[in-house]
Amino acid sequence: MAQFLRLAFFALIARPIALIVLGLNLRHRERLPLNGPAIIAANHNSHLDTLVLLSLFPLRLLPKLRPVAAADYFTVNPLLAWFSLNVIGILPIKREAKGGADPLKPCEMALERGEILVLFPEGSRGEPEVMGRFKRGIAVLAARRPQVPVTPIFLHGLGKALPKDDPILVPFFCDVFVGEAMHGDTEQTVFMTELTARMQALAGELPQPKEL
Amino acid sequence: MFNALTPNAAAFLGGIFVILLIASGIVFALKRAHPNNDYTELTSRVNSWWVMAGVFAAAMALSPTLSLIFLGLVSFLALKEYLSLIPTRRADRRVLFWAYLTIPAQFYWVASGWYGMFIIFIPVYLFMFLPMRMVLIGDTAGFLRAAGSLHWGLMLTVFNLSHMAFLLVLPKEINPAGGGAGLVLFLMFLTQFNDVAQYVWGKTLGKHKIIPKVSPKKTWEGFLGGILTTTLAAWALAPYLTPLVGWEAPLAGLLIGLAGFVGDVNISALKRDLGIKDSGSLIPGHGGILDRVDSLTFTAPLFFHFLYYLHY
Repeated sequence: MAQFLRLAFFALIARPIALIVLGLNLRHRERLPLNGPAIIAANHNSHLDTLVLLSLFPLRLLPKLRPVAAADYFTVNPLLAWFSLNVIGILPIKREAKGGADPLKPCEMALERGEILVLFPEGSRGEPEVMGRFKRGIAVLAARRPQVPVTPIFLHGLGKALPKDDPILVPFFCDVFVGEAMHGDTEQTVFMTELTARMQALAGELPQPKEL
Repeated sequence: MFNALTPNAAAFLGGIFVILLIASGIVFALKRAHPNNDYTELTSRVNSWWVMAGVFAAAMALSPTLSLIFLGLVSFLALKEYLSLIPTRRADRRVLFWAYLTIPAQFYWVASGWYGMFIIFIPVYLFMFLPMRMVLIGDTAGFLRAAGSLHWGLMLTVFNLSHMAFLLVLPKEINPAGGGAGLVLFLMFLTQFNDVAQYVWGKTLGKHKIIPKVSPKKTWEGFLGGILTTTLAAWALAPYLTPLVGWEAPLAGLLIGLAGFVGDVNISALKRDLGIKDSGSLIPGHGGILDRVDSLTFTAPLFFHFLYYLHY
């Protein structure tokens, strides 16, 4: 039942929103992973980010796609919790681990099951259209599973379409640039520098409108 | 609901596909004759023509309502592309939302045949309503630029393009040969044909630049050759699709040729101002939707009023 609801939601609501209401300018589609286990790392500006990222993949991969989300935000309200867990299919993790519990354990287990994790290393949506600093959790996860590819994806325009503090969706064409996959076989600081550099390079592919 | 097309309009729609078959045949022959040349751009351009003509033909053939929805969708895509390109103020999100809502309203006036409302809704009411909404939000920094650029885009992508839709609801008894669909086909075909004709004449004979600061590849030879070809084509087609008689037919062609050129360079100037090459990437080989409908934004209202003044 939940699987069916999820399929219906993505086929009939999420995809039409992503592809018709918004419209995606997708570059380097061929760099997307074809199967799990894999990690997608994207910048985060809007609730639409997850819908758009999940719409990039064929529907048959939907059962494998798991957006990683903060348990304290998405599972407090029972209705939101039900929707996030069953329809969006989030993998809830605890940001503030108590008593030495490993917050990345659920992620590792999901990768073991061959799932595709969708991660936002900034942690939260932050200021619209401003890329915040990436947190190190992704480097730790990548180092524990160095064979799993980490694909950076740069999103632009979604913070304009549905920013953090406004419930009204205003249609804009959005840019989705897929970067080349990397692996966690280097030192964590090196990994983070490289990931940030790749995101900046993708951001640099945007047409640079001159100032008026 | 297969009653939308007159026999002439249906035959003409079929003819468009014959032309596309010929175009695909030429591309195929070119590829075989010069296997070392790169025809990717040309191929995707022609393939996109097939998709656009296919969707357009399906909408026109199935029902008048579907044709209106299709044209409304074109306006939506064009407005969305425009608003994605220009700098907009974050404070104006609600105003932009209203701007999108004008599309269903404007096409509803068209569907109900309410000419008076159709013709003043955006130029008069929205012209006052949108700045009022901005004033209520209260952000005055960049007010003129925001209000001006939003209304400019609405006029171009919604008001001007919706004239094509109003052709569909004009009284049928005045144009028994072509019907509303015949008028749309006449305008749409000649506008796109004029683009292609200007391009082909320019490619083969082009020497003297016509407007180098805006569009460096456009030449006088392409401009004049295109207009001449379009005028002749209009002369030949008008009796089958429109109520235009005698001198009116070639004059309509001349108007479409001239206006098509101006509409084209108008969008070129916008892109040059914004420092971009293509308006988007929606249509492979063509660029964005604005790159495709640029000429139509000028030919649609001018052809409509030419026709409306003479016959309706």
